Amino acid sequence: MRAVSVRTITSTIRKLCIEACTELPFDIREALDKAREAETSPTAVSVLDTIVENYRTAEEEQMPICQDTGMACLFLEIGQEVCFTDGFLEDAVHEGVRQGYTEGYLRKSVVADPIRRGNTGDNTPAMIYEHIVPGDRVTITLAPKGFGSENMSAIRMLKPAAGLNGVRDFIIETVRKAGPNPCPPIVVGVGIGGTFDKCAYLAKKALLRPVSSSHPDPYYARLEEELLEAVNALDIGPQGFGGRTTALGVNIETLPTHIAGLPCAVNINCHVTRHKTEVI
Amino acid sequence: MGEKVRHLSLPLTEAEAVSLRAGESVLLSGTLYAARDEAHEKMIALLEEGRDLPFTIKDACIYYVGPAPAAPGRVIGSAGPTTSGRMDAFTPALIRCGLRGMIGKGERSPEVIEAMKAGKAVYFGAVGGAGALLAKCITSQQVIAWPELGPEALRRMTVENMPVIVVIDTEGRDLYQDHTGSR
Repeated sequence: MRAVSVRTITSTIRKLCIEACTELPFDIREALDKAREAETSPTAVSVLDTIVENYRTAEEEQMPICQDTGMACLFLEIGQEVCFTDGFLEDAVHEGVRQGYTEGYLRKSVVADPIRRGNTGDNTPAMIYEHIVPGDRVTITLAPKGFGSENMSAIRMLKPAAGLNGVRDFIIETVRKAGPNPCPPIVVGVGIGGTFDKCAYLAKKALLRPVSSSHPDPYYARLEEELLEAVNALDIGPQGFGGRTTALGVNIETLPTHIAGLPCAVNINCHVTRHKTEVI
Repeated sequence: MGEKVRHLSLPLTEAEAVSLRAGESVLLSGTLYAARDEAHEKMIALLEEGRDLPFTIKDACIYYVGPAPAAPGRVIGSAGPTTSGRMDAFTPALIRCGLRGMIGKGERSPEVIEAMKAGKAVYFGAVGGAGALLAKCITSQQVIAWPELGPEALRRMTVENMPVIVVIDTEGRDLYQDHTGSR
């Protein structure tokens, strides 16, 4: 067994919160640059220039890229040979978020009750996804998730007969309906298969993968490419003012599913698709 | 965003609002009010009770924003627009009270657009997700009501050369629809 103090978890998450909210990941920067080159409409070019200038300003001035610093979604891959000491793991995770959002001057965007509301004042609780993996390391990925885009996400329990066309149509329809609301250019996270809840989880997990990467299965890699082309043909464009860049990437994750089902979930993220990983 | 950028000061007169066309780029300077979901609910509750709002709404402009907190030595944290559609249910009543302008991002409902045409109000779009740049246009800000709401508190802000684009004008022309009539 390898002992890991939960204090290390807290301090790592504190740091991840601040860095993820102020420094845009490289894959998104690269995708924005490419999109800028491909655009011909002056309005689309101008919006993309503003977006690029904004993330550079945020980094220089150590300010959040976007004021919606999101709900802190934390993905923990815990080696089964790890033994946590000095406290309860989940308490340490929430404490890291509390410190990061408070000391990093990030926005506190969490309400304690979905109907009765009431801001919790420190952006906790975090949304935690834990996975036990082989080995003695702990891999922590933080993805602060804004809700302008989260609100435009959707899930559908398709019939197996709907097949590939049903999946394709649902994804494109979801992006079309979202229109200008989720701050395009967006990243489209897609989950296909599993159960109702696992499918939604897959869609969120898909947003962690760099937009420059492809699904390892060539069938789904092709589908990712085809869908990206299709959503970019919608002419929603940067900020919904028209143009070729509606999405920077479509990432698909899949799981086996039931003989009676074909679940499909679409989790939309804005151009501020933040994710940062640290291994302990 | 377009070729010509117009400078306007806030509050906005009816004549100025009426002169704007969807698609036009504008730089706004002056006083505006920051309010989003919960502040809107509270403003409507005040109106329903027959009470006054915490600010003069006639000719005022509301910015849909919940800013990040100010780091030491700064006026404010990142402060870009939030999705306007969530305020649609509250907006016609505010326009009837004299609200002249709104700044946000995303589509508005047919009811809001009708109210805008009747009340000669204009809807501007700011670039969503460009909160660090937009914060630089805010030269002062103070909470004027409901501090317990945190980022959702009602604020008075002074802005200088805040870049926006007219998305829906007083005649109901909608930039989002103009280029994607098929949607």
